[in-house]
Amino acid sequence: MTSSPGTLQVEVHLFAGLREQAGASTVQRTVAAGTTVAELYAQMFPAGPSGRMPVMYAVQQAYVPGDTVLEGGVEVAFIPPLGGG
Amino acid sequence: MVVIKLTDNVLDEAEVRAAVSRPGAGAILVFHGVTRDNFAGRGVTRLEYEAYPEMAVAQMRAIADEAGERWPGVRVAMSHRTGVVPVEEASVLIAVSSPHRDHAYQASRFCIDTLKARVPIWKKEHYDDGSAWKANAESGRGVDCGHIDDGGAP
Repeated sequence: MTSSPGTLQVEVHLFAGLREQAGASTVQRTVAAGTTVAELYAQMFPAGPSGRMPVMYAVQQAYVPGDTVLEGGVEVAFIPPLGGG
Repeated sequence: MVVIKLTDNVLDEAEVRAAVSRPGAGAILVFHGVTRDNFAGRGVTRLEYEAYPEMAVAQMRAIADEAGERWPGVRVAMSHRTGVVPVEEASVLIAVSSPHRDHAYQASRFCIDTLKARVPIWKKEHYDDGSAWKANAESGRGVDCGHIDDGGAP
């Protein structure tokens, strides 16, 4: 898949409540160069009346801060509150 | 032998115990996290776990390594179940071996607490009358992730 100039492709992985809300566990997205992982989350899940689900962010399967700028081809994940154990 | 795994099958205590057993270990603990039949007075019929598999295994491995650094001589094995886990069955096993019991108890506690805070696994509780994703109180604690986005919630 090719990108227009100034844009890049990322693969977004969704889990639990976010996966159910989106109706998909993996989504391909085109984003503007310079977009941060937190901005992508806000774009994909606009805040409703009760706000948005609080999440952590992962890029390439490692936790990252929300201000991390996305690069082309990366695997992004929004991590809802954890329930393992 | 290192055992750090996710599986859809019934967890195997002998497997994690064997993975940490060695001649110099004077203590082995196996923690079982088990599905119970109630949450806040509501009847739970079963739990369902979902994971981000590659990242979950990487985080579990990092926790096991960190335990080995904090408590020299400690060795850890972990297995976490995914999919449906019926009441009374284990969702997680953590085996810890140590030359002495004190460090085994400390490391076991560290591993389960940190797993609940960091490992990307989610739990859906099914009740007689519905279901809900349940978050751990520890979720996100100590995660090196800047801050947790509150999504602009009021």
